[in-house]
Amino acid sequence: MMALPKPLNDLFLPPPTPGVLAVFAQLDTTLDAIKKLRAAGHTDFTVYSPIPRHEIEDALGQPVSPVRMFTLVGGIAGCSIGAWITLWMSADWPILTGGKPIGAIPPYVVIMFEMTILFGALSTILGILLNTLFAARRAGTILYDPRFTNDRFGIFVPAGSDKAAKVESLLRDAGAEEVRRG
Amino acid sequence: MAETSPSRVSYDFVTRAIARTLGNPGKGYYALLALAIALLGVGIVCLLFLLRYGLGLAGYSHPVYWAVYITCFVFWVGIAHSGTLISAILFLFRSGWRTAVYRTAEAMTVFAVMTAGLFPLIHIGRQWYFYWLIPYPNERGLWPNFKSPLIWDEFAIGTYFTVSTVFLIMGLIPDIAAVRDVATGWRKKLYAITALGWRGTNEQWRHYTRGYLYLAALATPLVLSVHSVVSWDFAMALVPGWHATLFAPYFVAGAIYSGVAMVITLLVPIRKLFHLEELITVHHFENLAKLCLLTGLIVSMSYCTENFTAWFSGNAHERAAFWYRAFGPFWWASWTMNICNGLLPWLLWRKNVRTSILALFVISIFVNIGMWFERFVIIVVSLAGEPFTKWTNAVYNPTWADWGVMAGSFGWFFMWFLLFVKNFPAVSISEVKEVLPPPRGKASKVHA
Repeated sequence: MMALPKPLNDLFLPPPTPGVLAVFAQLDTTLDAIKKLRAAGHTDFTVYSPIPRHEIEDALGQPVSPVRMFTLVGGIAGCSIGAWITLWMSADWPILTGGKPIGAIPPYVVIMFEMTILFGALSTILGILLNTLFAARRAGTILYDPRFTNDRFGIFVPAGSDKAAKVESLLRDAGAEEVRRG
Repeated sequence: MAETSPSRVSYDFVTRAIARTLGNPGKGYYALLALAIALLGVGIVCLLFLLRYGLGLAGYSHPVYWAVYITCFVFWVGIAHSGTLISAILFLFRSGWRTAVYRTAEAMTVFAVMTAGLFPLIHIGRQWYFYWLIPYPNERGLWPNFKSPLIWDEFAIGTYFTVSTVFLIMGLIPDIAAVRDVATGWRKKLYAITALGWRGTNEQWRHYTRGYLYLAALATPLVLSVHSVVSWDFAMALVPGWHATLFAPYFVAGAIYSGVAMVITLLVPIRKLFHLEELITVHHFENLAKLCLLTGLIVSMSYCTENFTAWFSGNAHERAAFWYRAFGPFWWASWTMNICNGLLPWLLWRKNVRTSILALFVISIFVNIGMWFERFVIIVVSLAGEPFTKWTNAVYNPTWADWGVMAGSFGWFFMWFLLFVKNFPAVSISEVKEVLPPPRGKASKVHA
């Protein structure tokens, strides 16, 4: 592969994160391992799962995703844009139609509503993409197993060679089916 | 999924069963695809004639200037509705059964809106001026009139197409990642790119599930608004038979009715061709049939209300319009509509009909025919019987150009749909797994 200059290389092809990857066959052993890891003071581990489970979210104690702010801001922006284009375009070239006032609000509510939904939805997508993009860049440097989208759960714990043995035994104790280092 | 055998339907089973649909689907599939493309060919040829010789080839005749193309437009927008109902509204209601059918319904939504969007363009005749529809201030004096329901419709359909497309793509990402991890060869490369780096990490799921919830919450009022706005294209006009406050709920119920029927029509062959019997069970069909029954009854109720209001209003024009509908020259269209939409759903009260795939398939086709005629009756027959003009009894007959373009629209729709189910997971992998019991037990601890 072509060698990239160092800052670009760090951005697009970051070096792999050293750590331990555990594969779990069951949901409750995964939850067990999460609890044990948190009790042992680990905070920056990654949990892989084929489906979203509330138990995992609860065990991790994650804050609510900031995506909702994107939805709110997008929706408000859409509604305002809807109001603006209808009122401004009507006022800028006033044509009397149907004996209605130039700036008739009731018919414009339809446009404002549709624009609220459109901008709300698009900025929600943007929120998901931006938020997961940062997560994905980090995810690109850690170990992964294709079974995680099928029927296995996984936990990756970043750990240097000094701590790896301890983490490995913790994960095995929690019931990991397979543990490997990377 | 209580009725699928839990021993067989595991997470792994789901992944493999759905990944298998991306393999060689057999001759039946290619025969259907060839048929769809042939129909599309017919439509394209008719369109080329329309382009060369003008809209006179279609059966327009004063005062019927909204005819088969607008009927098809409303029909296809209606078909689109059940997809979002199943994917967004039932998602908010936490209906577990939707997981097995929602992807098909959602893909159907996107392709149906794509089909519907073609008809206003065909209807305008001079397609090269299509951008005149886009409301922006310009130097040609074509300033948009935001008091017109036609421009509301453009906003509604545009928003609906955009939102339902991103909703479909969003739902696809974890499933594409799942098939990426079991695929081989060029498909693996394709899915690796389209999965956008999905790995199912806790961070990804955290943002994804929140975002999906808000998308569903936005799509729910949207789906109800879209067909309401389509109905106002008619209800805002003064034509008897159109000018009714009932129109918005009447159209929304009709849209969901025809959409659910189309989901059944599509799922029956898909399930057979791709051997999905264990994931899409009779239970799912029964639930769809119940939705069909409910919305069918609302539609029947609307027919009764519409006729009652026409009579009770005492308005001579309104009464004449409804008399013309039932006993005028288009009596056959009205009675096809009444029988297919008003009487046929009553069969669905019986459990043995709701659980018979063949019976449902046949009923769903008749419902689709009935719903097409409903739009034809509302649009064409109301205009033809319009009492305000002197030329009321002008002869209106659809021509080969009308039927050809309509056949082409079916070909266009089925072509996209068939290509989709072959190349992308047609049943949601991660959501079907969500309704299965997760693997539990401390068994692995013993082996560790």
